Amino acid sequence: MDLKSKIPDGPMHEKWTDYKGHVKLVNPANKRKLEIIVVGTGLAGASAAAALGELGYKVKTFCFQDSPRRAHSIAAQGGINAAKNYQNDGDSVFRLFYDTVKGGDYRAREANVHRLAEVSAAIIDHCVAQGVPFAREYGGLLSNRSFGGTQVQRTFYAAGQTGQQLLLGAYSALERQVALGNVTQYSRHEMLDVVMIDGKARGIIARDLVNGKLERHFGHAVLLCTGGYGNVFYLSTNAMGSNVTAAWKAHKKGAFFGNPCFTQIHPTCIPVSGDHQSKLTLMSESLRNDGRIWVPKQKDDSRKAIDIPEAERDYYLERRYPAFGNLVPRDVASRAAKERCDEGYGVGTTKMAVYLDFADAIKRYGKIEVGKQGLDNANEAAIIRMGKAVVEEKYGNLFEMYEKITGENPYEMPMRIYPAVHYTMGGLWVDYELQTTVPGLYALGEANFSDHGANRLGASALMQGLADGYFVIPYTLGNYLADDIRTASIPTNHPAFDEAEVKVQQRIEILMSIQGKQTVESFHKRLGKIMWDKCGMARNEKGLKEAIEEIRQLRREFWSDVKIPGKISEMNPELDKAGRVADFIELGELMCIDALNRNESCGGHFREESQTEEGEAKRDDENFSYVSSWAYRGESNWELIKEPLNFEIVKPTQRSYK
Amino acid sequence: MEHYNMNLTLKVWKQSNSREPGAFETYPVQNISSEMSFLEMFDVLNEQLIRDGKDPIAFDHDCREGICGTCSMYINGKAHGPWEKNTTCQLHMRAFKDGDTIVVEPWRAAAFPVIKDLMVDRSAFDRIMQAGGYISVNTGNAVDANSLPIDKKDADLSFMAASCIGCGACVAACKNSSAMLFVSAKVSQLALLPQGEPERESRVLNMVAQMDKEGFGNCTNTYACEAECPKGISVSNIARMNREYLKAGLSAD
Repeated sequence: MDLKSKIPDGPMHEKWTDYKGHVKLVNPANKRKLEIIVVGTGLAGASAAAALGELGYKVKTFCFQDSPRRAHSIAAQGGINAAKNYQNDGDSVFRLFYDTVKGGDYRAREANVHRLAEVSAAIIDHCVAQGVPFAREYGGLLSNRSFGGTQVQRTFYAAGQTGQQLLLGAYSALERQVALGNVTQYSRHEMLDVVMIDGKARGIIARDLVNGKLERHFGHAVLLCTGGYGNVFYLSTNAMGSNVTAAWKAHKKGAFFGNPCFTQIHPTCIPVSGDHQSKLTLMSESLRNDGRIWVPKQKDDSRKAIDIPEAERDYYLERRYPAFGNLVPRDVASRAAKERCDEGYGVGTTKMAVYLDFADAIKRYGKIEVGKQGLDNANEAAIIRMGKAVVEEKYGNLFEMYEKITGENPYEMPMRIYPAVHYTMGGLWVDYELQTTVPGLYALGEANFSDHGANRLGASALMQGLADGYFVIPYTLGNYLADDIRTASIPTNHPAFDEAEVKVQQRIEILMSIQGKQTVESFHKRLGKIMWDKCGMARNEKGLKEAIEEIRQLRREFWSDVKIPGKISEMNPELDKAGRVADFIELGELMCIDALNRNESCGGHFREESQTEEGEAKRDDENFSYVSSWAYRGESNWELIKEPLNFEIVKPTQRSYK
Repeated sequence: MEHYNMNLTLKVWKQSNSREPGAFETYPVQNISSEMSFLEMFDVLNEQLIRDGKDPIAFDHDCREGICGTCSMYINGKAHGPWEKNTTCQLHMRAFKDGDTIVVEPWRAAAFPVIKDLMVDRSAFDRIMQAGGYISVNTGNAVDANSLPIDKKDADLSFMAASCIGCGACVAACKNSSAMLFVSAKVSQLALLPQGEPERESRVLNMVAQMDKEGFGNCTNTYACEAECPKGISVSNIARMNREYLKAGLSAD
């Protein structure tokens, strides 16, 4: 079968305008009769629900957290990109588009990325109008900073809490729609299946996590805004509850999964400290604006960082990539850290860490402050004190977080960091309208695969989540619903709801009846180890084949020996987690199959068989310039359907940051 | 910093749901590393309880990096435990020493009923937000973001108020279970910005009315909320809200 990406005709920069000008509309009276289900309330879900509620649709939102405000978008630190060119440094829609396609190592769909760049400026305008308190300069105008993979300053931020402020803005807009009666909100609810009627998505089965009861909800359309699946690795920067379950249920009902193996490993995270570790904490990419990354030039150097003289330090990113230096894209920075540690130059007790050092920045800022205040004879200590104050204003909350976790003061000694799983570029395959291969079923934000190719640039996830929710889906969904205005709401006693609910109920009962010996957590940890070792920062054919076998074995063991305490009809977090881990195990197998199929390196996907002499990722455009879209055909059985990628504007070249 | 291991005694509130009474149960935990987070220590305990066929302890948590506001334990008489400006998930075991007894309770407030063990229902906060915690601007209406400069001082104060994570520690810490710090943080964030001006009066009146309706207590200026707030939200926001409320009340028709 062919995938229809529905990319509009015409020149790249006119596609979206032209689409909007000709798309079908739904009149206000009909909007009131159309019901929409939004699963997930992060940036994509909350913004979509709010924008659709504003238009007059009847919306229901679902989240597993105790409030929409807690969705994991809240944890995004560094910023949000927009092609505003407020800095007069040469930015434009084209540059943002170009940087994103190149940053994604030419594995994203150009038309989607161009649209993303086009709507980016409106996002900032809207968020400011909502009262999002972005950082400002003394003149009262918005401030910008740099992020990786770009040479302009286009990132808007609110200290190290940009995701929090944007999510609270979207959540406010959502709560306003709840108050107006346009949105009904269901918290502590988990979607456990999509209900299909006549080949279209027409509702969901959700479980009330407080009392364990299954519920049926009808919708003319269903939007999955359920985030990424980085927790398949057990240890990641994701929240503990982040999971693939909603997307996976949709996949098993016919939605294809795009590029599942494309995982982003973030270069700057706090390293693992022991077996007890439950999650990893990111140290924002914004720190690379001012922090310098280095390791000792000597192997196994056990001196303290501050005792190692300048000449004996290897600032390996500045050495290897002079044009971008410490601000190379994430995939490049992560691999470079791994390379140094694998070669024996790592630091810290585990030797699996590199330094992120602010000493230079503190001195530089201190000198600027001294100059500003006209203190000609300030001593070294005064300069450092003032420099620390500047660094504190920029990154204070991150430094505090680092100190709480590690017990070390990063103002005095360099941070120790190491790459960790952070984001998944893969996700449900969607067309230009964000519709999956199931009619009426949409995927927004990190849950879809569409905009970031094989590597996402920093500060682009927030941009994409809000673009999809505020500015794309309100147009594209109307194009589908315009044909549905005569469809009355379908009562939830329809046989399709009966059937879906029975299946969900049976699966829960089977899980509870196993009563084996091993905990859910122990299975999750084992899955994570397989994935990290064999489908992590570097992948090869042998390892991936082994991983597939090991995961299959793990799945059999899970379904015969998992131990879940408690009852079905009560608050039972272990049961919730068991369902999610079961889905992660199946996803893990597909990720390895996808990684095995893609015998090239691109972005975050590094196949050891495919690298340049300098150890850089080597793409194979002749054979792999396509989106891998996987159709579920039964247990351990997937069919690959390729969506060819055509580059009209940005011609693929060997990506260089040197 | 030296790493060490410790044995501890935990006294934890167990309650099967909102209808039944709860009680403390005692759990010994062994071999806890000083490098663990407080919630990782609970993970270790729960894994042990499940293996022993016992009921694990239900607690709310999600991001484990101090920003989502989900975690909510009242530890040794303090919301989020002994460290200042900190959430439970960021509390690390180096705050304790071998042989300590640690008492862990849920947030206690009439407006936050217990769901199970250490989990409480904080949906009252959502309803207060629905009463007015927003600026009424539909998508697509905004002017250019830089068309309205905002004094950096006000923008910074607004941001500081906006950094509230909605965890409810202020309510738990207050002897009256007052939600004034939470509500005043949102009122302040929006009152400090020109965009918040048109709804300035209705916002404060409606949010305070909803707060009272939810059953939160009155503020008697003990400042316990600020002392235990993980984000250091200042009580000056409460003073600002009181001024806003007074002004709005005087000019209301």
